[in-house]
Amino acid sequence: MARGTAAGPRAVLAYLIRRLFAAAVMLVVIILVVFCIFFLVPKWAGVDPAAAFVGKQADPAAIEAVRQKLGLADPIFVQVWEFFKGIFAGRTYAAGGDVTQCAAPCFGYSFRSEQAIWPVLTDRFPVTLALALGAAVLWLIVGVGAGVLSALKRGSLWDRGAMIVALSGVSLPIYFTAMLSLSAFVYGLKWMDGQYVPLADSFTGWLGGMILPWVTLAFLYAAMYARITRATMLEVLGEDYIRTARAKGLTEPVVIGKHAMRSTMTPILTMFGMDFGALIGGAILTETAFSLPGLGQAVLSAIRNQDLPVILGVTLITSLAVIVANLLVDLLYAVIDPRVRLS
Amino acid sequence: MTTQRTTGRRKQALAAAAVVAALLSTAACGGGNDDDGGGSKSGAAGFNAANNKVAQADLAKKGGTLKYAGAQDADSWDTTRGYYGFMWNFSRYYSRQLVTNATEPGAKGAEVTPDLATSTAKISDDGKTYTYTLRDGSTWEDGKPITSKDVKYGIERVWAQDVLSGGPIYLQQVLDPKKTYKGPYKDKSADKLGLKAIETPDDKTIVFKLPAANSDFEEMLALTSASPVRQDKDTKSKYGLKPFSSGPYKFESYTPNKAMTLVRNPEWKQSSDPVRKAYPDKVTVNFFTNANDMDQRLIKGDYDLDIGQTGLSPQGRTTALKQHKANLDNPVSGYIRYAVFPQSVKPFDNEHCRKAVIYGADHESLQTARGGPVAGGDIGTNMLPPSVPGAEGQDYDPYKSATTNKNGNVAKAKEELKACGQPNGFKTTIAVRNNKPVEVATAESLQASLKKVGIDVEIDQFDGAQTTGIIGAPANVKKKNYGIIIMGWGPDFPSVQGYGLPLWSGDYILESGNNNFALIDDKTIDGLFDSYTKELDDAKKADISKEINHKVSEGGYYLPFVFEKFINWRSSRLANVYTSDGYSGMYDFVNLGLKK
Repeated sequence: MARGTAAGPRAVLAYLIRRLFAAAVMLVVIILVVFCIFFLVPKWAGVDPAAAFVGKQADPAAIEAVRQKLGLADPIFVQVWEFFKGIFAGRTYAAGGDVTQCAAPCFGYSFRSEQAIWPVLTDRFPVTLALALGAAVLWLIVGVGAGVLSALKRGSLWDRGAMIVALSGVSLPIYFTAMLSLSAFVYGLKWMDGQYVPLADSFTGWLGGMILPWVTLAFLYAAMYARITRATMLEVLGEDYIRTARAKGLTEPVVIGKHAMRSTMTPILTMFGMDFGALIGGAILTETAFSLPGLGQAVLSAIRNQDLPVILGVTLITSLAVIVANLLVDLLYAVIDPRVRLS
Repeated sequence: MTTQRTTGRRKQALAAAAVVAALLSTAACGGGNDDDGGGSKSGAAGFNAANNKVAQADLAKKGGTLKYAGAQDADSWDTTRGYYGFMWNFSRYYSRQLVTNATEPGAKGAEVTPDLATSTAKISDDGKTYTYTLRDGSTWEDGKPITSKDVKYGIERVWAQDVLSGGPIYLQQVLDPKKTYKGPYKDKSADKLGLKAIETPDDKTIVFKLPAANSDFEEMLALTSASPVRQDKDTKSKYGLKPFSSGPYKFESYTPNKAMTLVRNPEWKQSSDPVRKAYPDKVTVNFFTNANDMDQRLIKGDYDLDIGQTGLSPQGRTTALKQHKANLDNPVSGYIRYAVFPQSVKPFDNEHCRKAVIYGADHESLQTARGGPVAGGDIGTNMLPPSVPGAEGQDYDPYKSATTNKNGNVAKAKEELKACGQPNGFKTTIAVRNNKPVEVATAESLQASLKKVGIDVEIDQFDGAQTTGIIGAPANVKKKNYGIIIMGWGPDFPSVQGYGLPLWSGDYILESGNNNFALIDDKTIDGLFDSYTKELDDAKKADISKEINHKVSEGGYYLPFVFEKFINWRSSRLANVYTSDGYSGMYDFVNLGLKK
C-alpha cells in the first residue's frame, strides 16, 4: 500500500503526459484531415472555394483577392503551418489595401461575416455548454435511474412502460420531438415563450428558453442511457460477486449502490464521455430546432454559406471536447473501478 | 394493495392520455384567434389588403419597436457589398441615396424619386451627363453634413472589388467599362476621389459623365450600392458590421447570424428627407435557424414580419391560410423560376431539341411542384417578369404553356425531336441545387414528364452553396454534361437591362461567375440591348424590352415554370403596409409603422 501510494502520483503524471501528448497528436491529425476535406477536396472536384465567397456578379479580381486573403493560393502545408502559427502568434490577413489583424489565438477568419473565428466560438460556446450540461444532468438522473429501476423490477409494468418510453425516445428524431414540444408548450398552450434569452439579461428568461431544449435533448439520451443501464445492470446482477455479496448478508442498497452500480457505470461513463464531448461541439439539431445561438447553429449557418473557416473552427472545438471528455472519463475509471487503478 | 395500485395506474394512464390528447389538440390548432379576413382597426387588414395598395396608413403612429424575424442574415449590411433583395430594402433605414425607389405601392414603387438630391437628374441631350444638387439639412449620424464627395466616395467603393466583393457592379460597368480606376484604396490622389467619371465641383453638386449613354443609369443610382460613405468612417471590409448612418436609424448592435438592433438617429431630420417617415423608435431583427419555428412565432405575434420576404414555409402557410388569412398578402415576387439549357451541352445546341423539352414538360405539374397557383405563382409563359416594363405576362405564350399545352404536348415534342435529329429521344442531366427542396421537386416533375417523350433524364443535386463555382463555370457545366439547369432570377432593378442583361447578353458570358447559363451569344439580342440603353423614351424602351423577350423566349433557351408569387405575413400591429415592385413584391420596409 505504501509503495502504491508513493508510486501513484508519478504514474498518474506520466499517464497524463502520455495522454496529453496523444491528444495533441490527434488534434494535429484532425487539423490535417479537415484541411484536406475543406480545401483540397473542392479543388479536386473542380470547385473553387474562393468563388463561394463572392456574389452573383463575381469579379475575377474579387475571387483572386479572397484567394490571397485566406491564403488559398498557398500550398496546403503552408496553409496548415499558417493556421498553427495563428493559434499561438496571431495572424494578419491582407488584400487590396485592406489589412485585418486576427489576434492569438487565431482560429481563422470568416471572410463572409468579416469576423475572427475565435470570438465567434467563445461567444457561442456558453450557450452550447449550458445546453449540454443541463441536458446531461437530466439524462443521467432520469436515464440511469430509470434503467436501474427497470433492471431491479424486471418484467414489471414499470419496466415495460419505461422501456416503451425509452424505445420511443431512441426512435423519434430530435427535430420531431422538438417541433412537437414547441407546438404543444409554446405555440399551443403558451406555457412558455421558448426563446433564448442570455443569462446576463434575465435568469428566469434564460431558464424559460432552456427548459424545452434540455428536456428534448435529454429525452433522446435518457432513453439510450436507460436501455444501456438496464442491460448492463441485469448482466451485473447475474454475476457471482453479487450473489456472494447478498450471501454475505449485505443489504440490498449496499449490493446495488456499492457493488453493482460501480460495474454498471463503467460503460455508461464511456458513453457519456463520447456523447458529452460531441454535444459540446454543438447539438446541431437541437440548437437549430430551438434557434439557440450556440456552436451548432453557427456551424449550420457556416455550412449553408460555405464559410469554411467557421466549420474548421467548430470541428476543432468538437474534436478537442471529445478528446478532453474522454481523457476525463479515463481518469474517472480509476475512481469507479479499482481494477484499472495504475497503482 | 393490488387493487389500489391498479386503480392508481389506471388513473395515471387516464391522466396521461388526457394530457397527450390536450397537447395534440392544441398543437393541431396552432393557437391564436381566427380572423375573418375582413380587417379592422385593431386587427389585420385583410387578405391581400397590402398587395399593391396601402393598408391601414392612417393607423400608423410614431413609436414602438418594429420586430423582424429572419431565417437568414444578409450577405452583408455594407451598402457596397449587399446583394440580397431584403438587404437593399432594409438598408434604407440607415442609408440614403441621391435618388431611390418611390415609397408607393405596386408599380409606382419602382419609379425613381429624389432622396438626397433636390430632384431627379438633369440629363444632357446626349444622355451622357447626369447632374444632381444635394438638398440642405441632410446629415450623418454625427451631425456632419452629407456632401457630394461622400456620395462620390461611396460609389467609388464599388471599384474596390478586391476588398468589397459581393455587391452589384453596374455603376462600374457604366461609368468606367474599361476599369481604368482601381478603387479608393489604391487611389494615389490625396483625397482618394480620383474617379474621373464623377465630378464634385462643390459640396452640393455632383456630375456623372458616362462614356456612353445608358437610359437606366438613374435606376442604378437608386441601388443601395450608390449610397454615400464617409471616408473617415470607412472600415473597409468590416464596414458591414456597423455602417455609419445617413438615414433615420443607426446601428445599436449587430451580431452576424444572431440579432441586430437599430435605434433612431437623432441627427436625422424629417425636413431633409422626403421619402422616409421613420415611424418606429426601434427596429430589431432576430435570426432563426428553424424556419418553421420562425413562422409559428410570426403567427403567434412575437414578431411583425419576415425580413427575407420569401413567403411562409409550407407548414406555416397552411396554418396561416386556414386561421389568419387577413394577415396575408400574395404578391408577385418579380422572380421567374425556370430551367435553362446550356448550348454547350449536346443536343441543346439544337433549337428543336430545346423546344422538345419545352413541349414535353407538364407545366401544371411544374407549377404544383413550385407550390401551386397561390403559393407558387402563375404558369410562366415567357422570360420577362410581369413587374418589368414591356412585360406581357401570360398574354404572351409562344408555347401555349398556360393553355392548350399546360399538361405537355407529346405529339409536338416528338415532332421537335424528329426535327432535331433525335427521333427516339436522348439522354441528359438536370443540375439542381440540393438545398432547395422545391427546385428538386420541379426537377423530378420534369424528369417524369420528359420520360413520356423519350427524353431520359438523370438528376444531379449539387451543393447549393457552391452554385457560383459549379454552374457559374461554363467549362464545368460542359464537363458534367448539365443539359438542363434549374434556377431562378429576379430583376436588380425593374427593366429588361436590370433583369436580362447578365442572362442573355453575349458580353456577359464569363469563365467564372457566369449567369448566362444558356450561353446566348446572339448579335440581334446584343444589338437590341444597345438600342435599349441609348433610348430615353419610356414607351420605346418598353417596345424594345418586349422584342428582346420575344427573341429569348422563341429561341427556346428557357423553360419558365412560374411567374413567382409568395404568401407573406404581416402582423396585426403593422400599419402603412404595402408591397412594392421596386423591391420585388416585398413590403416596403422603410415606412412601416405600428398601431398604437
